Amino acid sequence: MKELRIHGRGGQGSVTAAELIATAAFTAGVFSQAFPAFGVERRGAPVQAFVRFSDEKIRLRSQVYEPDYVIVQDSTLIRDVNVFSGMKDGGIVLINTEKKGEYNVPAGVKVIAFDATKIAIEEIGLPITNTTLMGAFAAASGEITLEALKGAIEERFPGKLAATNFAAAKRAYEMIKEGAY
Amino acid sequence: MTMQIMEGSIAVAETVRLCRPQVISAYPITPQTHIVEGLASIVADGRLDAEYICVESEFSALSACIGASAAGSRVYSATTSQGLALMAEVVFNSAGMRLPIVMGIANRAISAPLSIWNDQQDSIMMRDSGWLQFYAEDNQEAVDLHILAYKICEDHNILLPAFVCFDGFILSHVYEPVDIPEQEAVDEFLGPFNPYQKLDCNDPISFGMYATPEYYLEFRYEHDQAVKRAAEAFKKYGKEFAEKFGRDYSELVTQYKTEDAETILIAMGSICGTIKDAIDEMRAAGKKVGLLGIRCFRPFPSEDLRALLGNAKRVAVLDKNVSLGAKGAVALEVKDACYGMEIPIYDYILGLGGRDVRKSDIKNIVALCEEGKGDMFYGLREEVL
Repeated sequence: MKELRIHGRGGQGSVTAAELIATAAFTAGVFSQAFPAFGVERRGAPVQAFVRFSDEKIRLRSQVYEPDYVIVQDSTLIRDVNVFSGMKDGGIVLINTEKKGEYNVPAGVKVIAFDATKIAIEEIGLPITNTTLMGAFAAASGEITLEALKGAIEERFPGKLAATNFAAAKRAYEMIKEGAY
Repeated sequence: MTMQIMEGSIAVAETVRLCRPQVISAYPITPQTHIVEGLASIVADGRLDAEYICVESEFSALSACIGASAAGSRVYSATTSQGLALMAEVVFNSAGMRLPIVMGIANRAISAPLSIWNDQQDSIMMRDSGWLQFYAEDNQEAVDLHILAYKICEDHNILLPAFVCFDGFILSHVYEPVDIPEQEAVDEFLGPFNPYQKLDCNDPISFGMYATPEYYLEFRYEHDQAVKRAAEAFKKYGKEFAEKFGRDYSELVTQYKTEDAETILIAMGSICGTIKDAIDEMRAAGKKVGLLGIRCFRPFPSEDLRALLGNAKRVAVLDKNVSLGAKGAVALEVKDACYGMEIPIYDYILGLGGRDVRKSDIKNIVALCEEGKGDMFYGLREEVL
């Protein structure tokens, strides 16, 4: 079983990202589970959402404490929240940031930091980065395919919104695949 | 069978649609779940021919259900937490009137202090109301128990309302794969609602009438007998369900690796999944641990439990509720069921108000149980006491 933890702020679509990643994984043939860290939903407050992937039915219901993957939707969270907590050796963290810094990650964790907000603004016209980061996650982790992600995005968003969100996801996917970050 | 991935509350809403309730009455605001939001959309989109009554309180929600059920309709409502607390008077009334209402409960804590998070205090609060209470381990079970509940409740030998309980947030807000049954199969299994008696202007009767001291005791006795009969109905219709849908719910108590278990855990709801994963790890390390899951809390399966606990050396009951000043509600029942047996039974109150329960917690509890330490709140943060 592999586990993903998403850190974001209320309004950034972290929960939606978890749901769409789980949907994409499931449609491609594995068991998946997505859920938020249930909190007091306030715009801007730190939020977490989780995804599990497994070849077998998932029974575990606790939150994710030792993730294989972490997505940080907003790098300003790093000051207040230990977003790298419990990350496994060999894990991957995706960080949305305008300017890359030094990150104090556990040993053996690969950092992929890039400006997802820029891509989202250019492709969608809004600084909503969840679909961009989902594309990057697909490329970096291999847990979901771009094709399955397209299906999940099209199922959730209406016509043009689905197209622009997928364009953002695809651009991030290709950028990570090419190592151009 | 077609598995789909969706949120638990929406899976329940889609399943309730398949049960073809004719009247749905619910209060739409906090503490409500997406179940009734989903059903409101389903009715508005013309996917279910039902009267959707949006009321001003949970008290009214269940009151409308009483009227509709007494008039001969299959009805549904859903609530949780303070909503269920506000319903209390009507919960007892609907049961006493022997109306086969099904209500989804996305289990949540009770105020004060205010908590929006999961535990099972809300449905446990209604333990003595005469409603049947079923608890789901995952969203597939939440879906299936809704269909099964209508079948049991509407049996003319039962005629009782039922809660279908599934853990708030932990299940209600989780996206996971479920098989939503086919309409045709559900129609064949349930059939249309066939009321035993109903309000009819041409043949007037009364529901919930006055019972003088000469009759009240007998009403309560008959009600109690009906709740007890529901155990056999659950097993019988659980088997029929298995033949039709391929998933077996004919046991009131689920078993996991209990046959040779020295330590048996007893729990209820979604925590059973986490416990199973912990058991697999403990067994790999040589510990003989098993789980009995309480699927049916009312009626309480005392006889089944006694038979299943036979070879255990010790029992740990995990309660996501507490009867303050006594113990957890499940532990009280288990201790009563096992009176006279030589097995030590320990209670652990945990996970209240959304406190996360991890595999490591389950292992710690097994260790405490082995040391003979129990009847305690587990996981207290001593520094804030």
